[in-house]
Amino acid sequence: MSLTLEQVQRIAHLARIEVSESEARTTQGQLNGIFQLIEQMQAVDTRGVEPMAHAQDVSQRLREDRVTESDRREAYQAVAPETEASLYLVPKVIE
Amino acid sequence: MIEKSLKELSQALAAKKISSVELTQLYLDRISRFNPQLNAFITVNGDKSLAAARAADQRIARGEAGPLTGIPVAQKDIFCAEGWLTTCGSKMLSNFVSPYDATVIERMERGAGLVSLGKTNMDEFAMGSSNETSFYGPVRNPWDPERVPGGSSGGSAAAVAARLAPVASGTDTGGSIRQPASLCNLTGLKPTYGVVSRYGMIAFASSLDQAGPMARSAEDCALLLNTMAGFDERDSTSLDRPSEDYTRDLERPLEGLRIGLPKEFFGDGCDPEVMAAVRAAIAEYEKLGARTVEVSLPNSHLSVAAYYVIAPAEASSNLSRFDGVRYGYRAPEYTDLADMYSKTRAQGFGAEVKRRILIGAYVLSHGYYDAYYLQAQRIRRLIADDFAAAFKECDVILGPTSPGTAFKLGEKAADPVQMYLSDIYTIAVNLAGLPGMSLPCGFAGSLPVGLQLIGNYFAEARLLNVAHRYQQATDWHRRAPAGLE
Repeated sequence: MSLTLEQVQRIAHLARIEVSESEARTTQGQLNGIFQLIEQMQAVDTRGVEPMAHAQDVSQRLREDRVTESDRREAYQAVAPETEASLYLVPKVIE
Repeated sequence: MIEKSLKELSQALAAKKISSVELTQLYLDRISRFNPQLNAFITVNGDKSLAAARAADQRIARGEAGPLTGIPVAQKDIFCAEGWLTTCGSKMLSNFVSPYDATVIERMERGAGLVSLGKTNMDEFAMGSSNETSFYGPVRNPWDPERVPGGSSGGSAAAVAARLAPVASGTDTGGSIRQPASLCNLTGLKPTYGVVSRYGMIAFASSLDQAGPMARSAEDCALLLNTMAGFDERDSTSLDRPSEDYTRDLERPLEGLRIGLPKEFFGDGCDPEVMAAVRAAIAEYEKLGARTVEVSLPNSHLSVAAYYVIAPAEASSNLSRFDGVRYGYRAPEYTDLADMYSKTRAQGFGAEVKRRILIGAYVLSHGYYDAYYLQAQRIRRLIADDFAAAFKECDVILGPTSPGTAFKLGEKAADPVQMYLSDIYTIAVNLAGLPGMSLPCGFAGSLPVGLQLIGNYFAEARLLNVAHRYQQATDWHRRAPAGLE
């Protein structure tokens, strides 16, 4: 398989990464090289093999629903690009 | 002093032959002398380190010291450390002073009383095998400044190899502790997945990432791992197991040890000089009473392919958090919210990180998920099953860590696939979640060669034992690069 320029631009859009057309062309070549390596997998018959999502065969641990963290909002918001009245500021979304 | 083991440093501190402040200052002085040429550290903060050293000295004076209290350590810049700039090698976090500590940092500093010397350079978001993808510039290999130290924990490796720190933390998603250890003549251990908490360790591929020690010997690795490992309820994949003393088996004799040699690791594709050093190490192990058995990992040749689906898939999801809203870099100019996201990410991420996000977004997208992501997870199972079968025949698996020695800066930078193949022997271990380590086993010309040992789940103490006995019989691990006295 081979990725088209349009596919590269589409996944860049899905990933919210702006790419110029020349960047998309360079990326297209590189991604196709990588996918050539990945394609090795397609020759393997894996029918009946259970997909392995995780290194340890354990189930998700649950915890009691209680407050365990103290309020450190000021410290956490101190590293934000822009805040006001304890809210994160972003460009206006709804007019 | 800089050639002393952690045990010897600990004894010197206990006997008041040196204080932690003096020891810390000694390393800070070496960092200011040699870091400009090596670029091993992104951030150094002498005041902060010396304050921690003073606290360690008080702790020693009160008789409350642990085995590593007062010993300096270099921290990979992937670990959030309160009050420290924590960049993960990226422009995206170039202004991020962490408001909290990773569990690894908390355990080392507050728990064990180690003194952090600074934050080490690394491939951006740990994506790379040469340290060349760092926003802060490449790290130079102390054995040859024209060559890479390996990656992604290249700064930690260069720092310990150049004696700018006695020991360091690293992380390993596909070989990022073992490969740089191999290229810089160090001993490094990637523990079983789930042994060391990932809380506060900036995520790359969550089902593969694991932190571990990088040091000059297996004994030092065991001592540092004792401070890093253990259950943490803040990491949902941390394993709730009884705590272990990883030094407990160091002296165990190797008589009767069965070493598995996977035939796939001894075929073509490995530098003959690397292979010669590995074969000499096998002969040394036979002298120590071990015997070898041939084993097979028939699907290991698929590990790089499966990894470059699984790791980017997880990365594309993990790195979606970098959007310029809550922390980190935000593009200076944009039109609306969507434009802010895509400009922030276009400007904040480097080329390799973008490539991997795009691969991940693609393999997870509608219509490709089964063919790529599920197929990769099925191959991951086959690879793990291969190891399970091999460990029925042997106690540890041995082979080269990397197919070659340190390569030249720029040599593989333009060809991602060539770069990816430098992790061909290490990646399968992460996919299976097993512990693995690299230790020095000789030189090819003037460049170090690493020997990889792979253990069954939770066999860290055994691996460290097998490495330690070899290090008692050989002196490769004691060799230091020239010109840094």
